[in-house]
Amino acid sequence: MNTKKYMKIYSLFLYTSIATELEYKTNVIIDFVTAILSLVGSLFLLTIFFQNTDKIGGWNFEQALVIQGIYTILNGVTNTWFNPNLTEIVKHIREGTLDFVLLKPIDSQFFISLKKLAPSGILEIILGFALLFYCISINKININLWFLFLSFTTLFCSIVILYSLWFLISTTTIWFVKTWNATEVLRSFLYLGRFPLNSFSLSLRIFFSIFIPIAFITTIPSEVFLGLAGLWKILLELVVSGIFFIVSRRFWLFALKYYTSASS
Amino acid sequence: MFNLNKNKLTTLLKVQYSNMLEYRVEIALWAISGIIPFFMLNIWTSNNLNESINLSNVMLSRYFLSAFFVRQFSVVWVVFTFEEDALLGKISPYLIQPLNPFFRYFAQHIAEQITRFPFAILIALIFFLLNPESIWIPSLGLFLLSCLSTFLSFLIQFLIQSIIACLCFWTEKASSIERLLFIPTLFLSGLLAPVISFPEYVKSWIYITPFPYLIDFPANLLSGNNTNLIAGFAMQIIWISVLFPIFKKTWSLGTKKYTAMGS
Repeated sequence: MNTKKYMKIYSLFLYTSIATELEYKTNVIIDFVTAILSLVGSLFLLTIFFQNTDKIGGWNFEQALVIQGIYTILNGVTNTWFNPNLTEIVKHIREGTLDFVLLKPIDSQFFISLKKLAPSGILEIILGFALLFYCISINKININLWFLFLSFTTLFCSIVILYSLWFLISTTTIWFVKTWNATEVLRSFLYLGRFPLNSFSLSLRIFFSIFIPIAFITTIPSEVFLGLAGLWKILLELVVSGIFFIVSRRFWLFALKYYTSASS
Repeated sequence: MFNLNKNKLTTLLKVQYSNMLEYRVEIALWAISGIIPFFMLNIWTSNNLNESINLSNVMLSRYFLSAFFVRQFSVVWVVFTFEEDALLGKISPYLIQPLNPFFRYFAQHIAEQITRFPFAILIALIFFLLNPESIWIPSLGLFLLSCLSTFLSFLIQFLIQSIIACLCFWTEKASSIERLLFIPTLFLSGLLAPVISFPEYVKSWIYITPFPYLIDFPANLLSGNNTNLIAGFAMQIIWISVLFPIFKKTWSLGTKKYTAMGS
């Protein structure tokens, strides 16, 4: 792969999508307010849970805030990149415009996954990091290079897992055409990523580790951030994200073999 | 403004129902995406959070099951359909017809709820299989009252979203306003936590907003939890009578403002 070429293309993508989004300026502002309210709402829910108890699933309030921070960052990433791009796949397939994507001399997965960008999610990412920063002080975490390295690595891994999940589900559109709301099901499950895995009953914990890997998406990165995770968890996270990414890539290439364009 | 008779209504419903049946898989997926209340229930009971609000596990599970049902039959998405129709210029032919286009959307919603019904029942059956102790049969009177309040809740949400949808005449993209309004609906309506568990500083003002009457009030009725029946219905009716004139006004202003594609 020619990295320089892809970097250049991506900067063009950025330019065009920001220009498009700024057409609807009030929309961007409303989305910013929505992002802030959404975080306030989650914190409100968390305070209800902690009203009469010190710990939920072994996590105290200060620690649970870390999960909220990680969740907010990931939600921001989802809203900035995954949601605007991957819901487009459905449109490409219904209207037959996937042909034009496949004909381009660049990787189709690259084009489909990164073409658009919604700036409103970026505020969520900033809010998430701000919350994490606050958590560093209230949880008395020592910042050193090793801590930063591990935290960013696991956060990166969870973004990869999240992306692969979205991409896997969106890819099934090639067979079913209308899976626009399958991603909505995924969204509602991921919503539960704002609570620690241990706050669920055992059977749901297993479900959320294997089928919808919320455990790997928010819980393990938060544990790493708090210095509670053993090395094996970090390694497991790395392996799982690698597997997810490879599977989603393979699945896309496999699905493309079944793609018959609109007229054929 | 209305020109509606029984004939038109049944035809609209029939057409939309067959249309919705075509997309039943999609509707099943929507039904599945509404199961969040069950996960919330799991958090509440696994951590014994309900002890502090004096609700037993059984009553809380009935509450969340009812919340699931109320939500299933009061979901509104008119703003998204309207926005698409407005952007693509489909509104023009609708405006010529001697029928307010919102009746079409209204019939779509009712038809979708009928299609959704079997899936919702199926999910409830699975829930009862997993939690057999929470099975209950509400008295006929309460059941009918809760159906009525669910319908009123649906009407409130339909009116709010229709008002937002009318803003499309000015801004083209109104769905972001809906997403903004969805946040308080999600957190304050009782879908994730019953309103009685809210801290005092919220409870002092929440009952004059429409939010608790969207999910919490009908769900409490259906599940047999304590609730103020008269105040609940009164507030629902007050909100409908406040919102309806606003909708009429924005609609008439909006249609005057409307310029069709190409003009």
